[in-house]
Amino acid sequence: MTTDHGLNINNLSMRFDLPNGGSVQALKNVNLHLKSGELMSVLGPSGCGKTTLLNIIAGFLAPTEGEIQLNGSTVTGPSAERGMVFQQGALFEWMSVRENVGFGPKMKGTPKGEIRETVDHLLDTVGLGDFKEKAVYELSGGMQQRVALARCLANDPDVILMDEPLGALDALTREKMQSLVLKLWKETGKTIILITHSVEEALLLGERLLVMAPRPGRIHREYRLPFADLGVDQDLREVKKHPDYAEKREEILSMIWDMEEEIMGRMEAQS
Amino acid sequence: MSIFTQLISELFNILATFVMVLPYLIGYVLLIMLTLGIWRIVRRFMTPKQDFGALKTVTFGDESAVTSNSAASVISIVLIFVLWGSFTGSRWLPSVLHMPGAFQGEAGFSYTIELPDGSTQDATVDVVVFGAGENSPKLSVDEGAQSAKNDGVVIQAYRNKLLKWDANDEFSRKDGAKIIAINGQSIAPGGEAFVSNLRVAVTPKGTLNIEPNKGVQMEPIWLPAPEAVKDRLVEIATAGFKNFMLVEHLGYSLFRVIVGFFFGALVGIPLGYAMGLSDWFRGWFDPIVEFMRPVPPLALIPLVIIWAGIGEVGKIILLFLAALWIMAIAARAGVSGVRISKVHAAYSLGASKWQIMRYVIVPNSLPEIFTGARVAMGVCWGTVVAAELVAAEKGAGMMIMVASKFQQTDVVILGIILIGAIGFAIDMLMRWAEKIMVPWKGRG
Repeated sequence: MTTDHGLNINNLSMRFDLPNGGSVQALKNVNLHLKSGELMSVLGPSGCGKTTLLNIIAGFLAPTEGEIQLNGSTVTGPSAERGMVFQQGALFEWMSVRENVGFGPKMKGTPKGEIRETVDHLLDTVGLGDFKEKAVYELSGGMQQRVALARCLANDPDVILMDEPLGALDALTREKMQSLVLKLWKETGKTIILITHSVEEALLLGERLLVMAPRPGRIHREYRLPFADLGVDQDLREVKKHPDYAEKREEILSMIWDMEEEIMGRMEAQS
Repeated sequence: MSIFTQLISELFNILATFVMVLPYLIGYVLLIMLTLGIWRIVRRFMTPKQDFGALKTVTFGDESAVTSNSAASVISIVLIFVLWGSFTGSRWLPSVLHMPGAFQGEAGFSYTIELPDGSTQDATVDVVVFGAGENSPKLSVDEGAQSAKNDGVVIQAYRNKLLKWDANDEFSRKDGAKIIAINGQSIAPGGEAFVSNLRVAVTPKGTLNIEPNKGVQMEPIWLPAPEAVKDRLVEIATAGFKNFMLVEHLGYSLFRVIVGFFFGALVGIPLGYAMGLSDWFRGWFDPIVEFMRPVPPLALIPLVIIWAGIGEVGKIILLFLAALWIMAIAARAGVSGVRISKVHAAYSLGASKWQIMRYVIVPNSLPEIFTGARVAMGVCWGTVVAAELVAAEKGAGMMIMVASKFQQTDVVILGIILIGAIGFAIDMLMRWAEKIMVPWKGRG
């Protein structure tokens, strides 16, 4: 199934050699199609290749087999059309909040006045209107991730890739940020792929939820969920009261639990 | 004797010195404890601080609860000067605080001689002890009417003098006359007697060796008083030292450091960047840098002198080499230390390689480069002084080296103080620059 629109991942495999002579099959035969504007969360035990997948989509890694196409053209390297939000520490601490957010447009050579407008607007949107001239190291972890989101959006990418962007935040901040991600998704209509370790986050922030399995990294199961749409205008705590929510949560948790058990079993067998 | 036994005997010498010094160290520590005790009592009468730290019940072992006590710092510095003044008899200190000094003034004793025929005669010796640097006073002695004439002797403090007591007498040691008592205490050749403020010894040949009491103060040629150092500072600052003004000596040293460091950084930073960004350059220069880094710059002085002589060029080559490896390694560490997510983020925001360099790699490496620059400046300052010790016409190191050859201890101490002060100022300046230029250091 190939269409010219959206993100196509065709038969993607990734295998690399280790220094000790062995090799790792990080991904095997991954096929995926994302329509423009879709929000997909990716979940899986550690070592299932989800970060590798994201890095290949971003263009930081070249797959050994298969290819990725965005709007019809093959991905060969990093580019501004695929923005990325990292867990933490990816902001430029030598720049102010404003300079960080304006970085992408500045690289493109956008006129200063225009950058200023975009940055002002975005920082207001993410709730940092009062912190525009601050240094990033003066901000809390949650605020820094707001800056990271705004910086990514300022570049107006087609796809936003998020690598556990909320992983290092405390529970309360995380919940607020989850609402913000949903709000931004709805307002901007971007295609978003979000990697997370948290089953709850994956449920709340995924129209589609991909569960990956390790060794070799592959798509284990995919869900289509209503919670992200609900969360756009509802409190996330209300969304969690949805009858399907608890059931799906248990189902996915035990699925991942089983995979982890299996990994542990294999490791014990090896040693 | 094998090297092993030689080293063992050296070790014993060192241990003996250490054991000798130990009481002073213990005394110093006791002084610290004493002032601590006094400080605790004084603090009881002050309004207690009520900050967060003061409310901690666990302070022993809590690193954050231990901050430098500024009172202790002040007392420590003051004490150094007090001890200095006290052991040198400084005019800046009230004389109560002076350690007993070398005896100066008039003293005397009488001696008894025995003639071969068994008869004895008494005579006196007048002693005048004058301070170092004073003019030797004249002493007139009433020789008396007896055949053993009275003697007089003028001695400089800290020195001793042999007195041929029979020089003016009507008989001599050759005739068999010998001293049998000093101030009535009997004495034999080779023996000694202590009279007020003097040590009087009779040499095996029968001469008197008179040594005034030295006290426990330091002789000015070993350790001059603080005011002497200050006076020397004023003198050198206004009149110069060995054909050059003080500012010239210090200015030349600083000039060498700054120029040497500048070129070291100019070459070292790009070299470090190349090593951090290209595996070929890393492979090429790793062995060179890793080998040159542990070579102390001082070890290069002889080679640099052979190649470039003792002029400015040689010194700057040396300092260039001292700074080069440090700066290269710092820049390499700065580049290698860039978090990959920052680079990835910049690429996915559309930055080109050049833009990554300009906006990510260079600013990210600045904190490391500043740390390296601080270290390099310190090393350069040490190296320049050492290089000037070896050979130079002007410079702080040359100043103290030449002064030491003429036993001008005050200039040596002054030079050491100035070198220390400038080194400290350089470090402070670098820290300040770091704070201004890379406020994000350590906060990434």
